[in-house]
Amino acid sequence: MTLLSISSATKKFGGLTAVDNVSFNVAKGEIIGMLGPNGSGKTTLINLISGDLPATSGRITLAGDPLTGKRADQIARTGVARTFQLVRILPSLSLTENVMIPAVFGAKAHWGETARSVARDALLRVGLADRAAANAGQLTYIDQKRLELARALAAEPTLLLLDEWLAGLNPTELAEGIALIRSLTDSGITILMVEHIMEAVRALCPRVVVMNSGRLIADETTETALTDPHVIAAYLGEGHDA
Amino acid sequence: MLLTTLVLGLVLGGTYALLALGLTLQYGIARIMNLAYGEITLLAAFILVFLFQGLGIPPLAALVLIAPAGYGLGWLLYTVMMQPLVARSGSSGRLDVDSILATFGLLFLIQGVLLVTFGANFTSISYLDRGINILGVSVALNRLIAFAICVVVGTVLVLVLARTRWGLNLRAVAQTPASAPLVGIDVNRVARQGFALGTALAAVGGASIAMYQTFSATDGVVFTMKALVIVIMGGVGNVGGALLAGLALGLVETFVATAIDPGLTLAATFAIFLGVLLWRPQGLFGKG
Amino acid sequence: MKLLLPLVALAALAYAPNLVSDYGLGLLIGAVTYVTLANGWALFSGHTHYVSLATVAFYGTGAYTVAVLNETLPYPLVLVAAAVIGATMALVVGLSTLRLAGVYFVIFTFGLAELVRQLITWYEVNITGTLGRYIFLDVTARDIYWQMLALGAATIALTAYVHRSRLGLALRVIGDDEVVAAHSGINLARSKLIAFVLSATILTLVGAVASPRSVYVEPAIVFNPTVSFLTVIMALLGGANRLWGPALGAVPLFLIFEWLSSNFPDTYPIFLGLLFIAVVFALPDGVLAGIERLRASRKERTA
Repeated sequence: MTLLSISSATKKFGGLTAVDNVSFNVAKGEIIGMLGPNGSGKTTLINLISGDLPATSGRITLAGDPLTGKRADQIARTGVARTFQLVRILPSLSLTENVMIPAVFGAKAHWGETARSVARDALLRVGLADRAAANAGQLTYIDQKRLELARALAAEPTLLLLDEWLAGLNPTELAEGIALIRSLTDSGITILMVEHIMEAVRALCPRVVVMNSGRLIADETTETALTDPHVIAAYLGEGHDA
Repeated sequence: MLLTTLVLGLVLGGTYALLALGLTLQYGIARIMNLAYGEITLLAAFILVFLFQGLGIPPLAALVLIAPAGYGLGWLLYTVMMQPLVARSGSSGRLDVDSILATFGLLFLIQGVLLVTFGANFTSISYLDRGINILGVSVALNRLIAFAICVVVGTVLVLVLARTRWGLNLRAVAQTPASAPLVGIDVNRVARQGFALGTALAAVGGASIAMYQTFSATDGVVFTMKALVIVIMGGVGNVGGALLAGLALGLVETFVATAIDPGLTLAATFAIFLGVLLWRPQGLFGKG
Repeated sequence: MKLLLPLVALAALAYAPNLVSDYGLGLLIGAVTYVTLANGWALFSGHTHYVSLATVAFYGTGAYTVAVLNETLPYPLVLVAAAVIGATMALVVGLSTLRLAGVYFVIFTFGLAELVRQLITWYEVNITGTLGRYIFLDVTARDIYWQMLALGAATIALTAYVHRSRLGLALRVIGDDEVVAAHSGINLARSKLIAFVLSATILTLVGAVASPRSVYVEPAIVFNPTVSFLTVIMALLGGANRLWGPALGAVPLFLIFEWLSSNFPDTYPIFLGLLFIAVVFALPDGVLAGIERLRASRKERTA
């Protein structure tokens, strides 16, 4: 069953077409990787799905309901959560408060003790539970990334968008991170992840979509994609369009 | 009648364009939203009056003194006041709020100094106040001189920004402050120069206002407001946009003042502002 | 205990007019007025960091509404009318600017008081032919004091409630990062608009309640920009995002202001400008946050 459906999504910035007529579907419970060189339009596409930017044309739906034309907060309330390529935390709020926000303002609209317990569970899942009362501004970069994921989980999302969430982790942390994401798919969350770390893509995603210069150039199994001459050319050949 | 409005409107618009140009440089390059901008304009206006009436220096000669003094004042203000705020905010986006608050304080400080030094009365000078015939419209010579100053300064500035290495640096910092250091530009220095240049334009604008208009020490807010509206109409940081929008606002104001009521010019400014915000918040001449 | 102390203080303040001279009562009214203004301002601007420079636009509108309607409507209805007008004004300003980046809001509020002043002046001169109105109301200084005290107490209570509510949490998130706020399901425009209208309604009511103190009202008097200026600096000095911050900043600054304006009537704007700049530089988050930081660093040193 299709959860996320993207058809002919296009985003233009003045004369530049950042996302050019992209279409693909993501089934419920699937975890799918998005590859492509820097500047190929991956983050822009994530921004179109999450409502951070309005699409110039095309249609995006979640379980049949249109997302295009909706504001980011409306999309968040339909069950879409995300992390950001450049990590965004709320520095003046405590960890618990940071994570509570989507539980309070999301689809379930929890409040009080329920919201706090959702936040506690999410913090526990990413391994930050013992520092729940600290201020988010004091965290290290890696812990900020964990916090961001916990915040996305507290939204209890049906679709999770990860924008290079594994970037910048050391090998031990990477292994932990991969295990964490796998545990999320096991619990039924559908995941679309932008990722450059092939080790993680191989381990997690049976299927990938590949973008180059705003266009979708491949939508196939990970194994095929990694030997696909188009994909290799995009990464090594004319793809230096960062 | 229509022709009179057109000529007078363009003359007034020239001054507005010059004022807006300075403000758009300060906000576009130095990222300082300067609410004390109008007060600096008035300061220059009062100094011109003092130099003319007190020391007998002719206004055009005074201008040659006032413009570099404005640059110096801007340089000093940026170094002493703004730079610590820039350093403190880092990349946190706090600079907008901090600079608004700091310059709001500066506004009252300068206004206080002006009130103590020059009093609260309306001030004006009588300088070349004879009519010149232009397309059948009689325009005071002092207005024409003020307009000529705006045209000359505006043109020189546009050319400097477009053609020189220094102008290129200023534009680079305005467009991508984060990557300018990668090509060897000292952002801090360029920001200081942009702020100082903006202050110099405020001073020149103020001096040319003093040549033909009556003003008082509490008028600063209105000048700042008009300059801000023009900057937003033209698109923040857009030099050509500011020039066009300035001329347009001058025309609209003169039209409202002659055809409807002089008491409603600020209301007209606000109506335009509201229209731009609702219709094209990125500016009439901006991209996107 | 948390509730007891403020209630005792409120009772003491309500009794205070019996103990002081007329001059003392004047000071009390002024202090409570500015406490309410600073609190009302901080209700919106404290957490969101959307700096409103339009306090006096609402305050003056409240005062002017009383001046216009005091002979035609009973006093409580005049206050209701003032609140409705202030809220409507805030709604228009908010709807046109709060969807955009904060700087547009600041610019709009920066000129708003001047705009309202000029519009009223134009209207009075051209349509009604009178500039300046008289307020003949049977309201004593004590009545004004008690009304203002009630309004101030209600404002602080409302602030405390908002701080604990979803709206308060939403405002804090908006102040930190609007993108995260939107992606967490917060309706940005609606949250900002509700808070701004609440805040503006209070500011308008302060002007309305204070207006019978002056028998004669004209636009140039009630739209004095110093009121906006003082409100911002008072809230900032105490700490605009704390419940008691604005009150803590308002009382001492009001007294200093009174002293300066009677002893140095010409130069006090200069002092105030310098003081303002000093606050922005030295105590950007207010006195309360400064004390907390000091305590935290002392704790660290002893630990």
